[in-house]
Amino acid sequence: MVLYSLTFYLFSSVAVLSALMVISAKNPVHSVLFLILSFVNASGLFVLLGAEFLAMILVVVYVGAVAVLFLFVVMMLDINFVKLREGFLQYLPFGALLGIVLVIELGILFLTDRSSNIYNNQTPLQPIVNEVENTKMIGQILYTEYFYLFQICGIILLVAMIGSITLTLRDKGGVKRQNIDSQNTVDASTAIEKKKVKIGEGI
Amino acid sequence: MITLEHYLFLGSIIFTLGVLGIFLNKKNLIIILMSIELILLSVNINFIAFSAYINDISGQIFAMLTLTVAAAEAAIGLAILVVFFRNLGSIEVNKINQLKG
Repeated sequence: MVLYSLTFYLFSSVAVLSALMVISAKNPVHSVLFLILSFVNASGLFVLLGAEFLAMILVVVYVGAVAVLFLFVVMMLDINFVKLREGFLQYLPFGALLGIVLVIELGILFLTDRSSNIYNNQTPLQPIVNEVENTKMIGQILYTEYFYLFQICGIILLVAMIGSITLTLRDKGGVKRQNIDSQNTVDASTAIEKKKVKIGEGI
Repeated sequence: MITLEHYLFLGSIIFTLGVLGIFLNKKNLIIILMSIELILLSVNINFIAFSAYINDISGQIFAMLTLTVAAAEAAIGLAILVVFFRNLGSIEVNKINQLKG
């Protein structure tokens, strides 16, 4: 149990510190790298909670895809990042005040008495050890009870894919392309033109 | 002993940092998108913590839905950002006023 606590505090403190660095780093490339660190630590926490499948999904989807997408965009665009940081200090007092108020309010919520709540009556199991492993459990429920939700996820991803392709697709002028329809409808009457050529002259 | 409150408090701190990031980096669209990712991460932490402590696997399914939505949002957001940069040559948020809204 001590080891569990130590691991929790290690992962969560690194996650919070790197989240802090995400919003305060001068260079957006560093921000993306700290975002990756934050996500990796969160996936460690998910393993602690017994959600191994989601932990691995988090690493694959976020670190492997989303963060790399961010890195691509940051490096691809030629942006003057120094100019973009103007106003950071200007908004810092207001933002810090707002953040402190938000944390205090959320903290008060946890400190209030919830003796009648559902999870207070049970002794928390840490981590939950089931006979069925996590991935199998998710599979058993995802394709039966939550099947429509699973399909909707697919549709969301399809719409996102089509949307981002149509947004960024650029039609350059002056490119010659094959026109299959006009090629297929060619017949002898339209393809061949007869001309009388006078002797000694060209067309 | 780590209770559910520990995880909820961690989630709320990360959520606050995400909101703070939107306020502090008002001009930089990329950092704002990353802050939204942080907010969605804190939502995921809450979902999975509740799922583990109530011993109900449904929370993990919904965490998966959040993950999907977050990935889709990042893809579309970055596509809009690229188009925006192509048109204006900058990603300053306060220059997005072409719709005069």
